[in-house]
Amino acid sequence: MITHATIRLTIITAIMKQLSAANKFSMVVLLLPVWIALYLSLDRLTRVIVYSFLSMPEDEHLTRAVYFFIFEVPKVLLLLTLIVFVVGIIRTYFSPEKTRAALEGKPLFVGNVMASSLGIVTPFCSCSAIPLFLGFVEAGIPLGVTFSFLIAAPMINEVAIVLLFGLFGWETALLYVIMGLIIAVTSGWVIGRLKLERYVEEWVYKIRSQHAPVEEQPLTLTDRIDHGWDAVKDVVGKVWLYIMIGIAVGAGVHGYVPENFMAGIMGKDVWWSVPLSVVIGIPMYSNAAGIIPIVQALLGKGASLGTALAFMMSVIGLSLPEMIILKKVLKIQLIAAFAGIVGIGIMIVGFIFNAVY
Amino acid sequence: MTTIKILGSGCAKCRTLHTKVQELVATNGLTATVTKVEDLVEIMKYGILSTPGLVVNEQVKSAGSVPKDDQILAWLREG
Repeated sequence: MITHATIRLTIITAIMKQLSAANKFSMVVLLLPVWIALYLSLDRLTRVIVYSFLSMPEDEHLTRAVYFFIFEVPKVLLLLTLIVFVVGIIRTYFSPEKTRAALEGKPLFVGNVMASSLGIVTPFCSCSAIPLFLGFVEAGIPLGVTFSFLIAAPMINEVAIVLLFGLFGWETALLYVIMGLIIAVTSGWVIGRLKLERYVEEWVYKIRSQHAPVEEQPLTLTDRIDHGWDAVKDVVGKVWLYIMIGIAVGAGVHGYVPENFMAGIMGKDVWWSVPLSVVIGIPMYSNAAGIIPIVQALLGKGASLGTALAFMMSVIGLSLPEMIILKKVLKIQLIAAFAGIVGIGIMIVGFIFNAVY
Repeated sequence: MTTIKILGSGCAKCRTLHTKVQELVATNGLTATVTKVEDLVEIMKYGILSTPGLVVNEQVKSAGSVPKDDQILAWLREG
C-alpha cells in the first residue's frame, strides 16, 4: 500500500512539474505575438495619443518632442525586455568557470579572440571583476587574454546593443559590436606583448585555490526561462529610469535644439572632439543607458558618428569604478596602460569613422 | 551544526544572499553559524570566479547568483 501511494505521489509530482514547465513555456510562446503586435502598433498608437487624444498641432517643437518620447520609451523598453530575456536564457549555457576552462592553454592571439567573444555571452558583473581576474591568473591564462575578456564583457552588453539598435538602427549596433570586439582583441594582445605581468600585485600570484570548483546543477528549460525573467527584472529594473530620463532629454534636444548646433563641438571637422569625448566618457559609466538616447539626439544636430561612437564606447567600456576595483590587484602603471591602450583604440575608431562618413 | 559561509565583499547580491540565508536559518530553526567572508585571498581559496559564493560545510554550493529559497534550504538541511 505504502509503495503504491508513494508511486502515485511521485507520478503526480512529476506531472505537476511537467505541467508547470509546459505552462511557463506556453506562456512565453503566447506572449511573443502580443509583444510583436504591440511593437508593430507603436507608431499608430503614438499618433492616436499625440494627435487625437492630446490633440496637439503637427509640426511644432513641443509636438515633436512629445511624439519622440511617447514613441521611443515603450519601443526601447519592449526591445530591452525581449533581448534581455533571450540573452538571460543564452547566458545559462555559459559560466565564468566554463569560459576559463575554454581559455586555458590558448596562445596569445587565438586566446584574445576567444576571450573577447566569450566576454559577450558569459554572465559578468564588474562587481565580480576581481575574483574573475584572480581565477583566470591562477589558471595560468595570460594577462593579455584576461584583459581581452575584461574589456569585451562590459563594453559589448545587451543594454547598449538594444539602445543602439532601437535608436540608431541595426547598422550602428553591428558596427559598435564589431569595433568593440576589435578593440578588445587588439588591446588585450598589446597588453600581452608588452609583458606587464610585473605590474600585477605580487600576492595575486601566490593564490592557490584548494577546493574543487562548483559542481554545476543540471538546468531544465523552466530553470532557463526563470533565469531569463530574473535577468529582465534585474536589468530592466535597474536601467528603466535612466532610459526614460535619457529619452526625455533626447526628446527635448529633438524638438528644441537648432540644426547644426553641435557641429562646432562634436562635428567631424573638429579633430579634438574625439579625444575629448573619450576623456569625458570615462567617469560616466553608471548613466550609460541614459547617455545613448541623448547622443542619438545630438547626432541629428551636427554631431558626427565617429565622435558619438567614441563617446559611447568610452562611457560604456572605460569605467572609473571598475578601474578603482581593479586597483586591488593591479598596480597603477598597469591600470594606466589598460586605460591608455583602450582609449587610443577607441580614438582610432572615432577618427576612422569621422574620415569615412 | 552547519557552518555556512557567504563569500563576497561589496556586491549587492552578496548582501542579499547574506540576509536571505540568515533569515532562512532563523525562520526554520536551524542550528547553523553564518559568516560573511570578505577577504579576497580567503574567497579565492574556494575557487569561485564570481561572487556571491555560498559555502555549506566547506562545500561550494553556488557562485555568482542568489539561489532560490527552497534550493538554499535543501542544501542547509542535507549539510
